[in-house]
Amino acid sequence: MKLFKDNRNAHVMASPYMAWAFIFIVVPLCMVIYYGLTNADGAFTFDNITTILKPGYLKALKRSVILAIISTLVCFLLAYPLGMILASMKLRKNAYIITLFILPMWMNFLLRTLTWMTLLEGKGVINTILEFLHLPTLNIINTSGAIVLGMVYNFLPFMILPIYNALNRIDENVINAARDLGADSFQTFCRITLPLSMPGILSGITMVFIPALTTFAISTMLGGSKILLIGNIIEQEFTQLYDWHLGSGLSIVLMVFILLNMIIENLSDNGGNS
Amino acid sequence: MKKRFVSILLTCALFSSLLSGCGENDLSKYPNGKLYVYNWGEYIDEDVISEFEEEYGINVIYDMFETNEIMFAKLAQDNSAYDVVCPSDYMIQKLIENDMLKELDFSNIPNAKNIGDQYFEQSRDFDPENKYSVPYCWGTVGILYNKTMVDDPVDSWDILWNDKYNGQILMQDSVRDAMMVALLKNGYSLNTTNPDEIAVATADLVAQKPLVQAYVVDQVRDKMIGGEAALGVIYSGEAIYTARENPDLVYVVPKEGTNVWIDSWVITKDSKNSENAEKWIDFMCRGDIALKNFEYITYSTPNTVAQENIEDEAIKNSEVAFPDLSKISTESYKYLGYDADRLYNDAWMEVKSADY
Amino acid sequence: MKKAIEKIYLTIILIFMYAPILTLIVLSFNSSKSRAKWGGFTLEWYINLLSDEAVASALFNTLTIAILATIFSTIIGTITCVAMIGLPGKLRSVIMGITNIPMINADIVTGISLMLLFRFLHIGAGFTTILLAHITFNIPFVMLSVMPRVKNINFYVYEAALDLGASRTYAFFKTILPDIVPGIISGALMAFTMSLDDFIITYFTKGSGFETLSTLIYNEVKRGIQPEIYALSALIFIVVLTLLLIVYRAPQSKTKEN
Repeated sequence: MKLFKDNRNAHVMASPYMAWAFIFIVVPLCMVIYYGLTNADGAFTFDNITTILKPGYLKALKRSVILAIISTLVCFLLAYPLGMILASMKLRKNAYIITLFILPMWMNFLLRTLTWMTLLEGKGVINTILEFLHLPTLNIINTSGAIVLGMVYNFLPFMILPIYNALNRIDENVINAARDLGADSFQTFCRITLPLSMPGILSGITMVFIPALTTFAISTMLGGSKILLIGNIIEQEFTQLYDWHLGSGLSIVLMVFILLNMIIENLSDNGGNS
Repeated sequence: MKKRFVSILLTCALFSSLLSGCGENDLSKYPNGKLYVYNWGEYIDEDVISEFEEEYGINVIYDMFETNEIMFAKLAQDNSAYDVVCPSDYMIQKLIENDMLKELDFSNIPNAKNIGDQYFEQSRDFDPENKYSVPYCWGTVGILYNKTMVDDPVDSWDILWNDKYNGQILMQDSVRDAMMVALLKNGYSLNTTNPDEIAVATADLVAQKPLVQAYVVDQVRDKMIGGEAALGVIYSGEAIYTARENPDLVYVVPKEGTNVWIDSWVITKDSKNSENAEKWIDFMCRGDIALKNFEYITYSTPNTVAQENIEDEAIKNSEVAFPDLSKISTESYKYLGYDADRLYNDAWMEVKSADY
Repeated sequence: MKKAIEKIYLTIILIFMYAPILTLIVLSFNSSKSRAKWGGFTLEWYINLLSDEAVASALFNTLTIAILATIFSTIIGTITCVAMIGLPGKLRSVIMGITNIPMINADIVTGISLMLLFRFLHIGAGFTTILLAHITFNIPFVMLSVMPRVKNINFYVYEAALDLGASRTYAFFKTILPDIVPGIISGALMAFTMSLDDFIITYFTKGSGFETLSTLIYNEVKRGIQPEIYALSALIFIVVLTLLLIVYRAPQSKTKEN
C-alpha cells in the first residue's frame, strides 16, 4: 500500500529538509574540512592537522582520551547495576523512578557543573563541613579528579537510560529458561543478560564518551584552567587566538576519533549479534 | 498527555510574551537608536550606563570580555558586532595595524580635554597620532597578597615560585600577563621576541604550575577577598577595592618592574552607530561620570577633573591608585607582530597543557 | 538481604545526584555571600534576581529559542518522516545518514561548523543564528522518535478509509497522524530539552548583546559566582520538577480513567 498517490509528492515533502540538511549539516562540515586543510593564504596544507603531534597538543589530546575513558568506565560501573535494579523492580510506577534519575539532566548543564564548583572549592561546602568535623580537607578542585567527577555527574543519565531500556526489554522467559537449563546466576548474567544488553551499553558509551572527550566547559570550571583538554584548545583557537584554520584542523582530528569510536562500536555490535 | 504538553507550551509562550512586554517600548524610550559597548568585566558603575541611556535616549547593549585576546577574536570575526570597545594599549596597536578601528572626530568629544595630557602623550606609543583612542583607565600589574597567610617579604615576582605557597597562588589566565611575570623575574624585557628568553620564561611557568591554584582573570579579586588564596597577580585598580573588602590584602609592585597599561575607548571600523559611540566616549570623559566610575571600580582615572574631586584624601594621594611611575621600573606592552604572537601563544599553550 | 543492598545502592546514587542540587538550594537562602558560612535566612537573592534585567532577558531568550526551535523542528522532522515512506530506500538511507551526523558529532564541531557557515553567509550572529542552529540539531531528535512510529503505521486502516470514500488528506489526518502523535510529542519534548540545555552550540553561534541562560551562567562563573545564580538554579530546578511531574502524571491518570 502506498501513502502517496505519486512518489514525486514524497520528494516534494522531503525536499525542504533535504535542502536544510544540505545547507546546515553538509556545507558547514565541508567548511570545517576546507579550513582545516588550508592556511591563512588559502593554500592547501596538512600543517593544521599535524599540529596535533606537537607535544603540547598531543598531551592535551591524550589527557582528553584518558579522562573520557575513565569517566565512561565509571559511568558504566555505576549505571549498570542501577539499570539492573531498576529493571528488576518491574514497577508500574517505573516512569517516576526513571524520571528521578534523569531529572538532573533537565537542569541546565552549566548549573550542574556549577554545583560541583561550589561543593569542591578550597573553602567550599564540602571542606567547610569536613573542617567542622575536624577531618582533613579535600583538595580535589582544579585536578583531573574534579573533572572526572564533573563528567560523571553530568553524563551519568546518558548511560543509565539506554542501559535500563535494553535491560528492561530482555524477556524474563529467556532468563528463566537459562536457569532451568542449569545455569547459575553468574553464568546467566555472562551468557544472557550482558550480551542482550550490549546495544544499550554501546549507545550509553557513545553518549558519554563523545561529550566527555570534547568538553571544554567542565575542564574550565572544575580544572581552574590548569588542565587543558582538546576541547579547550579548539575553543581557544576560535575565541582567543583567532586561528580558524588550526581550530578546524584540530576539529578534524576530533572527528576522526568520533568515527573510530563509531567503527569500534559497530564492530562489537556485529560481534555480539553473530 | 498531548493536551498537557500543548498547555505547557502555551504557558511557556504566555510567560515569554509577558517577559517581552518589558522590552516593548524600546522605540519610544530610546529614540536615538542603539549602542553596542564591549568592555572589561566589572569595569564600570552600572548606574552610569542607565544615566547615559536616559540622557541620550540611546539603548546600550553592554557586553563584557575577559582578556584582550578574546576581544580581538570577537572583533576579527565580526567587526561590526560592537561600536565602542575598551582594549589595552598593545591591543589597540594590533587593531590599528589590522585596520579595524575608525578615526575619532574629537570635535564630537569635547570632554576629552579632561584627560591629562601626559596620558595622551603615553598613548602615542601605540596610537602615534592620537587619532583612535581616548584613555579610560590606567595602572600597573602587581601582586596582591594576604598578610595573614604570607610571612615572607613580598617585593619580587620570585615569591610566586616559593613552594611554601603551594596551591595558594593565583595566576592571570592571559598570555601577556602570565608571560610578563616570568620574563621580568628573569630580568628580560616584557616585550622580548627572543625565542631563547621566551623559552626560559616558559620553563619557569611550567615549573611554577604545581604551585598555582588556578589560572583565572576576574576571579582573582573574589578569591583573594574570600581568603581562598595567599598570593595573586592582579591589576592595580583592584587594590583599593580588595583592601576595602578585606583589610588583610596588600598590593605590591615588585622591584623587577611591571607593565604600565592604559585601557582606552576606541570605535570599530565597521561600527553602525559611530555617532552614538562618540557620545559615549564623550560621556565617559565627563568629570562627574569619570569620578563616579572611579569610586565604583577604583581603577586609576586619567581624568584630571575627576582626580581633583576625589573626596577621600587618602585615596587621592594613594601610592597605589596614582603611583609615581618614576619610582618603579616600568615598560608597556607592545604589539609584537604575527610571528611573535604565535611564539607567545605556543609558549602559553605549552604551560597550560603541561602535566604537573 | 539482596533487596536491602539494592535499596542502599539506589539511595547512594540518588544522594550523589541530588545532594549538590539541594546544597545550591540551601545556599540560595544564605544571607552570607560566602559559601563557607551560614549567615542566616534571606530572600534577598531571589528579590535581586527578579529585578535583574539581564537574567530576565536571558530567560526570555532561552525560552523563545527553545519554543520556536521545537515548533519548527517538530514540523520539519514530522513531514520528512512521513515523506520517507514514499522515498526509494537508497535516498532514505542517505537522509538518515546525514541526519545522524549532528547527533554523533561533537557539539563543539557542530557549533564551530555552523559559526563558519554563518560568517561565510554574512548572517549577523544573534537570535537568528542561534535559532537556525537549534532547529538543525533538534530535527534529528524529532526524526529519531517519529521514525519508529512511521515504520509501524498500519496502512490497512488508511486503505479502508480511502475505500469508504475519504480523501487522501482526510484519511491521513484521521488514520495515520493519530498513530504517530505519541512519537511527535516525545520528539518535541526531546527537542525542547536539548534546546534548553544546550550551551556549546549557542556559545559559538551567539552574537553581541544576546545571552541565553547557559551563556549568561558561563560568563557569571568566569567573573565569580554571585548568590543570585544559586537562586536561579533553585528556581529552575523547581520549575523542571513541576513540569516533569505534570508530564509524567498525564498518561497515568489516563489509564485510570480507562
